[in-house]
Amino acid sequence: MDTLGSIFGNGARAFIGLDTIIYALAAIGLNVQFGYAGLLNFGQAAFLAIGAYGVGISIAYLGLPLGIGVLVGIVGSAVLALLLGIPTLRLRADYLAIATIAAAEIVRLLARSGTFREYTGGSAGIGGFSQDFYALSPISEGTYGFGPWRYDERFTWIFLVGWTLVILSSVLVFLLMRSPWGRVLKGIREDEDAVRSLGKNVYAYKMQALVIGGVIGCLGGMVFALGRSSVQPDNYGTALTFFVYTVLLLGGAARVMGPVIGAAVFWLVLSVTDTALREAIDAGLPLGLSTSQVGQVRFILVGAALMALMVFRPQGIFGDKRELAINAR
Amino acid sequence: MPADFGKTGAAQPGAPGSTTTQRDAATVALRDVEHVPGTAKPDPILVADGVQRTFGGLKAVDVQHVEVQRGAITALIGPNGAGKTTLFNLLTGFDRPNTGEWHFNGRALAGVPAHKVARGGMVRTFQLTKALSRLTVIENMRLGATDQRGERLSQALFRPLWRSQESDITRRADELLARFKLDTKKDDFAGSLSGGQRKLLEMARALMSSPEMVMLDEPMAGVNPALTQSLLRHVKDLREQGMSVLFVEHDMDMVRDISDWVVVMAQGSVVAEGPPDAVMADPAVIDAYLGGHHDAPLSEAEEAERIAAAQAELDAEMAEREGRA
Repeated sequence: MDTLGSIFGNGARAFIGLDTIIYALAAIGLNVQFGYAGLLNFGQAAFLAIGAYGVGISIAYLGLPLGIGVLVGIVGSAVLALLLGIPTLRLRADYLAIATIAAAEIVRLLARSGTFREYTGGSAGIGGFSQDFYALSPISEGTYGFGPWRYDERFTWIFLVGWTLVILSSVLVFLLMRSPWGRVLKGIREDEDAVRSLGKNVYAYKMQALVIGGVIGCLGGMVFALGRSSVQPDNYGTALTFFVYTVLLLGGAARVMGPVIGAAVFWLVLSVTDTALREAIDAGLPLGLSTSQVGQVRFILVGAALMALMVFRPQGIFGDKRELAINAR
Repeated sequence: MPADFGKTGAAQPGAPGSTTTQRDAATVALRDVEHVPGTAKPDPILVADGVQRTFGGLKAVDVQHVEVQRGAITALIGPNGAGKTTLFNLLTGFDRPNTGEWHFNGRALAGVPAHKVARGGMVRTFQLTKALSRLTVIENMRLGATDQRGERLSQALFRPLWRSQESDITRRADELLARFKLDTKKDDFAGSLSGGQRKLLEMARALMSSPEMVMLDEPMAGVNPALTQSLLRHVKDLREQGMSVLFVEHDMDMVRDISDWVVVMAQGSVVAEGPPDAVMADPAVIDAYLGGHHDAPLSEAEEAERIAAAQAELDAEMAEREGRA
């Protein structure tokens, strides 16, 4: 009973936890780019990194207030989107994929390089910049929540801010995608030459989508940084980008709620497999595993679960099966 | 296709009742125009000069001068690889020529990007139909309208700013869909339509922008005969509504039926122009399709001569082999 309790409790916390918030924001941004506009951005991790480092460097090394740090992150990610988009968005779709995956690695390697250690902290990253953020909290000391969700005042604050950002971003995406602007974006995803022949400036729309998606992604990076009170360069590797794609496809691309539910389910499954495996090892079940191997094995299980999902529900949780039946192009 | 030449007794689809005011006007306007490549038209909407496009060593398009009459249906024909689609791409801004300039309604269009060409009133369709599969038919149609306030990012978020325009657009889209008999498919994904219906949708969508000139790249390719009639009628309708049409087509019956003027391209350049019947009798056109040295029947003397030559060759070979053995 206790075993089930801890599996359920950990799962419930992971379902709406900090990681879910971060991945949801990253995937909402990617949804604008990939789900709606069909842009292959394989460097979403870089946008999160810019958000995280924007806040971290501004506060920890430049002594700027939190508000300026947030602004630096947002402007920084918009600039990154422009830098990536200007040379590649006029070309075929695959060029953006190549440029973004390379740019993301460049951002991460620059951040962890010794040359800029003074500002970025090298491979150790930056810490101790979140006091300003928690000082803003109106929540007094204590424990909040119910059932499995009992948090201290610090976590409650980042939790509320994070979910507010998720909700606001989702509302923004909903409003944009029901508008004629969103219709143009979806048209570009289907066939950009057709949209061009109807008098739309395809390049400008793709650029707008890239910037909006990048900025929403950078908010995820800020939650990451402030929630953990630290920024570490290796958290922003290509694995992050691919997990964000996983989350998006899991939830259903081009659906407003897809990324949010996708992130929640992704972390629920990770947590449940993790706790279940650990409990099984503790109980002495002959799995042939040590507790240190659980971290890897759970990803194997998640991979298998995702394959099963793609076989039995290829459109994702929220996707529309009718759309899949249509072989685009 | 070549078999279509000179087939005068073929069915003339839509012939009764197809004589209309606009058709007569176009016929009258083009009556005195000379039947030579690059001839001047009384009221050209599109004028191209020295348009050249090379792919490596191959001159895909090399058009000295061509004019397209306003309010008429002009067909662009020619054998495969004549450069018709490339010329289309150049004129509509989807490809850049090496040299050349062209004017649409007096406005220079060289170097103008495709979306601005479309906004300027010259809208095209594609040889391989580009229905936006995972958008519904009505959304496809709405996308065709130009100058939408809600398409600007600054106003997209606020529905009251674009709601009234959106309902105007929807009304117009509904009318067009009814005309093209697609109104029952309104809420289906465009990807679920048949090939012919997609062609109809693409044409209807192009009309949403109220263009002055419509460029149709093989509108009838892969369409079943029943739908062909309907498409033909729609193309004629465009002329009745005062639009100019330039279209690429391979089916000669169709070209003869609906076009007021025919421009023939071969190996990148314009080789003949004229009304359909005159053009199809033009030896330059027959050469373009069949090659300049197509087989003429042999006379008896020639035949005997060739047989004798072949026989002599064989004999010589036999003798050589025997000598070797």
